[in-house]
Amino acid sequence: MNRQPSQPETRPETVGGDNTSTTPVAAHTPRSALGRTGLSRGALNVAFQAGAFLVALVITTLVLLVAGAPPFAAYGEIVRGAVGSLQSLADVTVAWVPLVVCTFGLLVTFAAGLWNIGVEGQIMLGAVFATLVLRLLQDTNAPAWLALTLAISAAMVGGGLWAVLAGVLKAFGGVNEIFGGLGLNYVATALSLWLIFGPWKRPGVGSMSGTEPFPEQLWLPQFSGLRLSPWGLGLAVLAVVIVGVALSRTYFGLKLKAVGRNMRAAFLLGIPTWQYVLAAFLVCGLMAGLAGGIQVTAVYHRLIPSISSGYGFLGLLVAMLVRYRALWAAPVALFYAALNIGSIQLPIVLKLDSSLAGVLQGVLVLCVILAEGARQRLLHRPVSELPAPQEPGRGAPEHATPVEDAL
Amino acid sequence: MDVEIRDIHKRFGAVRANAGISLRVTAGTIQGVLGENGAGKSTLMKILSGFQPADRGEILLDGRMAHIGSPADAIRAGVGMLHQDPMDFPAFRVIDDFLVGRPGGISLSPGQARRELQAQAEHFGFSLEPNREIARMTVGERQQLELLRLLWQGAGVLILDEPTTGISAPQRETLFAILRQLAAEKKTVLFVSHKLDEVERLCHRVAVLRQGRLVGEESAPFDTAQLVRLMFGKEIVVSAPRSTAREETVLTLEGIEVEDARLHVGPTSLEVRAGEVLGLAGMEGSGQSLLLRVCAGLMSPVAGRLLLDGHDMTHRPYRSFHDRGVAYVPAARLEQGLVPGLSLTEHVLLSERHRGPLIDWKRGRAKTARRIHDFNIRGEPDNTVESLSGGNQQRALLALVPDPARLLLLEHPTRGLDVESTVYIWSKLKQRCTQGTAIVFVSSELEELLRYGDRVAVLFSGRVSAPVSAALTSVEELGELIGGKGLEPAA
Amino acid sequence: MTGEAILAGLSGVLAASGPLVFAAIGETISERAGVINLSANGVIVLSAMGSFAVGVATGSLLLGFLTGLLIGALVALVVAFGNITLRQSQVALGFVLALVCRDLAYFLGNPFMGASGPRLSSLPIPGLSRIPVVGQLFFAHNLLTYLSFLLVPVAWYFIFRTRQGLVLRAVGERPAAAFARGANVNRLRYLYTVLGGALVGLAGPMFSLSMKAGWKGTISGLDGIGWIALAITIFGAWSPLKVALGAYLFGLLQWLGVVLQPHLSGIPSQVLQVAPFPLMILTLLLVNIGNAEWVERILAGLPPRIRPAAAGLLRATRVSPPGALGVPFERD
Repeated sequence: MNRQPSQPETRPETVGGDNTSTTPVAAHTPRSALGRTGLSRGALNVAFQAGAFLVALVITTLVLLVAGAPPFAAYGEIVRGAVGSLQSLADVTVAWVPLVVCTFGLLVTFAAGLWNIGVEGQIMLGAVFATLVLRLLQDTNAPAWLALTLAISAAMVGGGLWAVLAGVLKAFGGVNEIFGGLGLNYVATALSLWLIFGPWKRPGVGSMSGTEPFPEQLWLPQFSGLRLSPWGLGLAVLAVVIVGVALSRTYFGLKLKAVGRNMRAAFLLGIPTWQYVLAAFLVCGLMAGLAGGIQVTAVYHRLIPSISSGYGFLGLLVAMLVRYRALWAAPVALFYAALNIGSIQLPIVLKLDSSLAGVLQGVLVLCVILAEGARQRLLHRPVSELPAPQEPGRGAPEHATPVEDAL
Repeated sequence: MDVEIRDIHKRFGAVRANAGISLRVTAGTIQGVLGENGAGKSTLMKILSGFQPADRGEILLDGRMAHIGSPADAIRAGVGMLHQDPMDFPAFRVIDDFLVGRPGGISLSPGQARRELQAQAEHFGFSLEPNREIARMTVGERQQLELLRLLWQGAGVLILDEPTTGISAPQRETLFAILRQLAAEKKTVLFVSHKLDEVERLCHRVAVLRQGRLVGEESAPFDTAQLVRLMFGKEIVVSAPRSTAREETVLTLEGIEVEDARLHVGPTSLEVRAGEVLGLAGMEGSGQSLLLRVCAGLMSPVAGRLLLDGHDMTHRPYRSFHDRGVAYVPAARLEQGLVPGLSLTEHVLLSERHRGPLIDWKRGRAKTARRIHDFNIRGEPDNTVESLSGGNQQRALLALVPDPARLLLLEHPTRGLDVESTVYIWSKLKQRCTQGTAIVFVSSELEELLRYGDRVAVLFSGRVSAPVSAALTSVEELGELIGGKGLEPAA
Repeated sequence: MTGEAILAGLSGVLAASGPLVFAAIGETISERAGVINLSANGVIVLSAMGSFAVGVATGSLLLGFLTGLLIGALVALVVAFGNITLRQSQVALGFVLALVCRDLAYFLGNPFMGASGPRLSSLPIPGLSRIPVVGQLFFAHNLLTYLSFLLVPVAWYFIFRTRQGLVLRAVGERPAAAFARGANVNRLRYLYTVLGGALVGLAGPMFSLSMKAGWKGTISGLDGIGWIALAITIFGAWSPLKVALGAYLFGLLQWLGVVLQPHLSGIPSQVLQVAPFPLMILTLLLVNIGNAEWVERILAGLPPRIRPAAAGLLRATRVSPPGALGVPFERD
């Protein structure tokens, strides 16, 4: 997982943020309910979402009380840390960039019914590839724009390759993508640690602070005085828009959906299923690699051991929270980025571990899932409305596709 | 045991499956429950056996009110049900399957159960090997095992839901003999069927259901015309369609052999011509589905050659078959044919060849509206497929078959459909044949095979007969072939 | 390496595999009932922290271990409620809980970092531990390790030789049929999910109160073990004997890695540290590849003389899960 025994948790080390007011009420149902109860259903949906959010807050407050911490001071600190200054707002945006890119990548794999747990590793491979290119080019006469373009392209290739590896394991080896992805995460961590302490170590002795920073001309340009790079932000928005359009308006997105919901039927309809499974992994890997490339070129300017900062797992949580719908993913990702940034000062100010943010983020998703279940039960609505990615253990179809899995 | 049900109601969403059904059956009676598919027979029986709760209504056993809220209650009350699809555990051995649900302490005492199983089996003339895997048994044998288990659990009321689907003619005769014997022992038998001839031969009394209501009760001897009127509410005239077979050959099998873990099929050699309809008959699990899947390129044959329009397609993947105009329509509509959660429009878009990556939703909807009209589907373009009824799902599935298609492979194309849907779907299929499409279909309905097929090939334990002409074969003759008569034993 | 050292090492392997045995057999039980509890990894971290905290606070080992049990059971209860009653995805629930529990452990464990707590002492069995070789291997451990030894045959006997075990398998194989025979499917699924979760929860205190007593923000080898346990459940084909074999094999390989490290100077330590995970992928590959469609196609193309042998070989290695694993049950 993102937290290796040997490596301390590092999150982007600044303050800033936005809107705790954007309650991730996110998910209302786009489809019109059966006319008769339409209105009250809409209201009920909002009520359930709001209830889920409140329950999550109550649980987190209880956790704070158990830890003997003052809840309101802690929440206040998070809000201040996230939206207290221009710098902190910029930092939230810096955190939002990789998070939203990974989330949209995950929307693609979720559309195909896949649990791509390997995003963390894909980010790392992207970062490793970007670092490799920059290291090769930093001592040449290559112009900075070319070096940076090549680095980010290489990052996407690296992330894509790592994701396709998990895809091949699933499609041709029957290895469930959850285990394939997890295993490859650990391998990616080992690879970057080995590089940082071995071949790419700083002059003298390698350290957890990462490789030697690149010369400043190889940094993506930043807004003056802020750590935010307009280029990084622009690339992220562009990628997110492309993926959003691909999912909702193209045959590619529709076929992915068919593969994700019923692989056997999709196959019989003539869709090349394993190719689409691999394509979903590839797109997600490209996105994760892009995130890793941006972290290297625009944020850290070097390879550090925890370059993925847990954004892969956080992206999974965001995707689950918005119930795999693209529309709400961007604002909710912003909220989650704000929580991350807001909690950074907790250890210093209140002597609390910053993993409080993770608790709140996770409990929120849990409550939304349970509230959705309660709502469906109450309204006797068929479950089929959601794209519910395949359960890994579900009995695979007899034939037709190589993508049979057993958990 | 006397059974009385009073004013049973049950609805699923907008469908009223049972609308106030009352019925009395005295001990020792074989009571037929007749009705076409969707009439509410199965629902009523599931309520009686505790599988589903009724919305309203009462059940009395031997005059006493019985509270049957679960199968556990039903078993205690002495009601046992034999489901159409045997409710057993394919991954288990016979003896383990037999033991599931048997009350007792911690120990399984399999030795004693084994002896009792064998004694029971002998009593009824079955041969059931306790260590056999259920997955390797025929539907008929699995049914026998279920029957033994129910009697062993002490069932005084036996419900049989369409028990003759998928079993051989001799197995059916054995079953009928046993049911008569059980009735003589004062057990109550409820025999659910949509097959008139079976009900007429076996039952003492018949209750006819239509659209969730009890529309009539008759006693033996029965007036067939009267039963038909009760079942359908009107006369249905079905005319045998004319053959549209042409000269050119579409599909050629040369010594094809296919196998899975359980069964080896073949060698098979046959030809199907353009416009021709070939039926594949046989007990379920005799290899029809394997053969059909080979013809679709979904499985590779282990020997032989397969040609489409003269091109060798052996070992080619499904995609190549698909590109050559082969369409495979599976029996499990929602599981294999359609994508739950996607709308009709999305299905139509997926089934079409398209230019460019972007979807034109407006055109897609218009096209879907036309198909809905052409195929008489009750639904809107934006409806998801799982919200359609079974008959409409089947029509939707056919509406997705590319037009023109060269070869249509259909697995139980009308299973679970009412007579009108069946007639409509075949009229659509025959229309395709006049354009030169060849059809190979699997069915367990003998009448369907003979009425709509030009020729019928019979499979028995993986052996394939030379096709017989449908026009020259009677239902009885076909039944005998399916039971294994006329096929030489394997060398 | 002396015989003495090898013996001590193997004895250590048996003890060190204890948490894996508990977790994987716990998971086996809930998956046999049809419920995948993906939360195992987070649960083990949280129960390690929680039981250590209770141990420190009360000084009682017993209360510490009970805390671990309870945490596992409670988290499993959430999974069961969300999946069985509310019909939400087992994977989503389990995965979120895996993340939440871990963060919760780090957050709540902060004050206990570096505290000194009780530690389960070893309890050589008088007499038996004196037997040469066998005594040191099997009878010179602590109580929990003995329990892990006992759990294997007991769980196997329960699942395959008792009436309740038969019904458990039936519920996971085909819930509708089990229901038709009078089983209360969802109640049994609750029961076995919680029971399995409790066993998973025991793996935590085996670290923090026994093998690597203490809490330093985490424990080396702790995070990640839950995922390995889930993989071993598959590798062991949902049978306690094979699952235990997988767990011990895993322990053995890890020990070999440590022993051989000085001799493999070319391989960086980071690589050996993560070696269990590629190993996990490889084992899953081994048991699943026989199910792949392209393998079947190749098989069909083989000449008839070698085909049965090849098919037999594939069938022998591949595993198939309980028929209704991950599939919710509804009466209609």
